[in-house]
Amino acid sequence: MNDLKNILIVGVGGQGTLLASKVLAKVAVMAGYDVKVSEVHGMAQRGGSVVTQVRYGSRVFSPLIPKGEADVIVAFEQLEALRWMPYLRPGGRVIVNDQIIEPMPVILGAASYPDSIPERIRESCPGTLVVSAQGIARNCGSERSANIVLLGILAGTLELPETGWDTALAQSVPPATLEVNRAAFRAGREVAAQRN
Amino acid sequence: MKELMLGNAAIARGAYEAGVKVAAAYPGTPSTEILENITRYPEIHAEWAPNEKVALEVAVGASIGGARALAAMKHVGVNVAADPLFTFAYTGVNGGLVLITADDPGMHSSQNEQDNRYFGRFAKIPVVEPSDSQEALGFILEAFEISERFDTPVLFRVTTRLAHAQSLVETGERLEQEVKPYIKDVAKYVMMPAMARQRHLKVEERMKALSSFVENTPLNRIEWGSKAVGVITSGIPYQYVREALGTDVSILKLGVVYPLPWNMIRKFAAEVDRLYVVEELEPFLEEQMRASGVNVTGKELFPKVGELGPEIIRDKIAGKPYSVADLEAAPPVRPPVMCPGCPHRGIYYILSKLKLTVTGDIGCYTLGALAPLSSIDSCICMGASIGTAHGLEKARGAEFARKTVAVIGDSTFVHSGITGLVNVVYNRGTSTVMILDNSTTAMTGHQDHPATGKTIGREPTHRLDLEALIRATGVERVSVVDPFDLEKVEEVVRAEIEANEPSVIIARRPCALLVRQPAAGQMVVDPALCSGCKRCGKLGCPGISFDRDLARINNSLCNSCGLCAQVCRVHHAIQKVGE
Repeated sequence: MNDLKNILIVGVGGQGTLLASKVLAKVAVMAGYDVKVSEVHGMAQRGGSVVTQVRYGSRVFSPLIPKGEADVIVAFEQLEALRWMPYLRPGGRVIVNDQIIEPMPVILGAASYPDSIPERIRESCPGTLVVSAQGIARNCGSERSANIVLLGILAGTLELPETGWDTALAQSVPPATLEVNRAAFRAGREVAAQRN
Repeated sequence: MKELMLGNAAIARGAYEAGVKVAAAYPGTPSTEILENITRYPEIHAEWAPNEKVALEVAVGASIGGARALAAMKHVGVNVAADPLFTFAYTGVNGGLVLITADDPGMHSSQNEQDNRYFGRFAKIPVVEPSDSQEALGFILEAFEISERFDTPVLFRVTTRLAHAQSLVETGERLEQEVKPYIKDVAKYVMMPAMARQRHLKVEERMKALSSFVENTPLNRIEWGSKAVGVITSGIPYQYVREALGTDVSILKLGVVYPLPWNMIRKFAAEVDRLYVVEELEPFLEEQMRASGVNVTGKELFPKVGELGPEIIRDKIAGKPYSVADLEAAPPVRPPVMCPGCPHRGIYYILSKLKLTVTGDIGCYTLGALAPLSSIDSCICMGASIGTAHGLEKARGAEFARKTVAVIGDSTFVHSGITGLVNVVYNRGTSTVMILDNSTTAMTGHQDHPATGKTIGREPTHRLDLEALIRATGVERVSVVDPFDLEKVEEVVRAEIEANEPSVIIARRPCALLVRQPAAGQMVVDPALCSGCKRCGKLGCPGISFDRDLARINNSLCNSCGLCAQVCRVHHAIQKVGE
């Protein structure tokens, strides 16, 4: 069971975490792995905290990643990165989009948005990559492809076959947005490559 | 090649392969995608029913008519369908019938976390429980075999982590089923006392036959490992046990959780040194085992509340907790919110402003209970808002009714609000009911219903005329308002709560997620004019935040609905530009 990979994709309902996990899972299936994906539907999709768990390896049992076992956390929003940190395994990697979406208790002044989240995460995970996915996506043609930018960065940290990504992307996004999403994915790969 | 499939999609595929001809459901998380996926198979007639009771009755009719039939619903939906279920358990089937219950341990999107395995024991019908998508498909085929062989409806129980988890599935071909002959059989299908007494005897005989069947079905199996520890489990908890304990334990995995295979259980118990039952929610298996003298450990280690996970199992059984560094301080929570541009928001702003008592109902609009709108006083079940408002009036008097409003969505009103309204009129109540009509079943992902005028396949059909229906109940005061026109909403609400008779206000505007294009123009705050009063913050819109008390619009979220400009104290501090 040593080849088991656990990827946690976290964000705010409506940010496109489900689509990113869908592409990742397809690539893992094409690579011949056993795969399980656990999703969030229903009420939390209305702007709540959402998480998608993707697990692949020669045999996967639980659809949920145990706490302290995630190899990679991809956070679409800073506070969500912080929230899910207890799931990261020692030596695991974190990719954080620098976007801040204030939750309602913060907007109302009933709670405050934690300061310096990237620095705090780096204390326990020094290699944490913080990116401006919306900005990168905008340069590729649409801010809405920020999820695919983050997927591109994630792809750069995983050892999945190169060819699978484009096929999976083409099967998962609307044809009209494919070129923009391809560019967003490549831009993400470049960010990861510069980093490695 | 194997394909990745959501548990709910695998159930749909199973229904297709089992030769199902008729399937009916009412949407409800985590069950909704079952029927949505069934629409991919034109061989199956699929329909949204107005509620779960009707869905099951349609399936019952199809079964009596000789076809294989399926009904799907969330756990609380089975409460609604319990009436036909308990008596159909007596009549038995002609074509096989499987009822899917999708339970929601942890209440990700539900008002309670009842354990529907008890329905099987209560109604005396077998309960089948799969552990992943492949089993979901295969066990559906088995469930139809059991249904027809033992002349019984079968309860097929899944939970959120199966329904909404994808895993690999190998599909097969459809086994086309001949529709069996329809035979008028009064003794079997007309449940009057004399016939029902005879059928009850059949039910008891059937339970005996099922009890011996479950000893040999491949749905129940033992996976031998170390015999120092034995675990009896089923469903998703089986996966957690395998994850947490690997092959260090022996597992009796139950695919049929009612009735139980007692010989198998006793044999297993005798072979292992320590015996555990790992089950989510209630001690359904454990209590039966203790009552039968099988000594097991279960709920003294594991909670009855919420979901299980691999962590607690490894900790409690193997004594090896996962090493987890928790955060020094819990980060602020992120509760769900109404979307920017949601037509419900302004309604709650007015109800909150008028300080009314609001009986609520089930849907996206239940979010009106949360701060800052904080408008809803009660939310019990589908359709409850209207009966509850009427009960409040009868307990506290008509004056209290002058300060009370029931809010209910369009789909929920059709589901079970209509009878509540009939009751208000019949029993001389004076309730004010607001139907928040966004022309869809929004929370579950935008399903059609009788008042949208579209079938599940988006084909046009008769559109239930809500105004005409409401008038037919005897309500004479019926008004329709645009929920984006706050001045008008306030005026109409003030007038209707004052009326000494029942009244219905329909607030009509489609769900913001259905209207693909946001309203024209962009909302802009003039920081020189903004007084920092934060009144716009009372809307609870995620697109509005505050920087040193001054309002700020996040244009990547804003839908330009314009409510913030309407509530702003200062003329022109928030304006729509570029219209």
